[in-house]
Amino acid sequence: MYLGKVIGTVVCERKYEGLEGRRLLIVQPLDHRREPSGPPEVAVDTVSASPGTLVYLVGSREAALAVSATQPPPVDSAIVGLVDSVDLVGGR
Amino acid sequence: MVLCQVLGTVTATEKHPAFAARRMMVVQPLDEAQKPAGKSFLAVDESSQSGPGDVVLVLREGNGVRQVLKDKTLPIRSLIVAVVDAVDVPGR
Repeated sequence: MYLGKVIGTVVCERKYEGLEGRRLLIVQPLDHRREPSGPPEVAVDTVSASPGTLVYLVGSREAALAVSATQPPPVDSAIVGLVDSVDLVGGR
Repeated sequence: MVLCQVLGTVTATEKHPAFAARRMMVVQPLDEAQKPAGKSFLAVDESSQSGPGDVVLVLREGNGVRQVLKDKTLPIRSLIVAVVDAVDVPGR
């Protein structure tokens, strides 16, 4: 899992079944210092995140499980938490 | 598994049900000399036995996590599975 900041939204009219009704957001992955870590990616939202919010995500097969454990959709990144705070030892 | 140092905790009120009542930690991978190696990420501490500053062992594989936590639907990819007391690498 990793931290990220929602930087935008994606709208798709035609999509694979399983993606209908899912909110797609563009997320910039961040490290613990909130510095960008790798290129932005598109993630499915499971917690009603909005642009500008700090979130945590899960990738790969676990992203599909986060959206639906019974009928996993074709996704590889899911927003699973709205971050209130990140408390680092010694304020690092 | 990877050796990591716990850097801190992540607090989130709004989150996927799988992450409710589970502690989320920021961890930094370490090399055998316990120097930072690679990017920080997030890991669940199910037993709540680790604290900031601790060196821990992190399982980074979702199927392993689901076996350990005995839930086939968990969207969790990384789990703290041990608190390290000592690392001995002769010749270093």
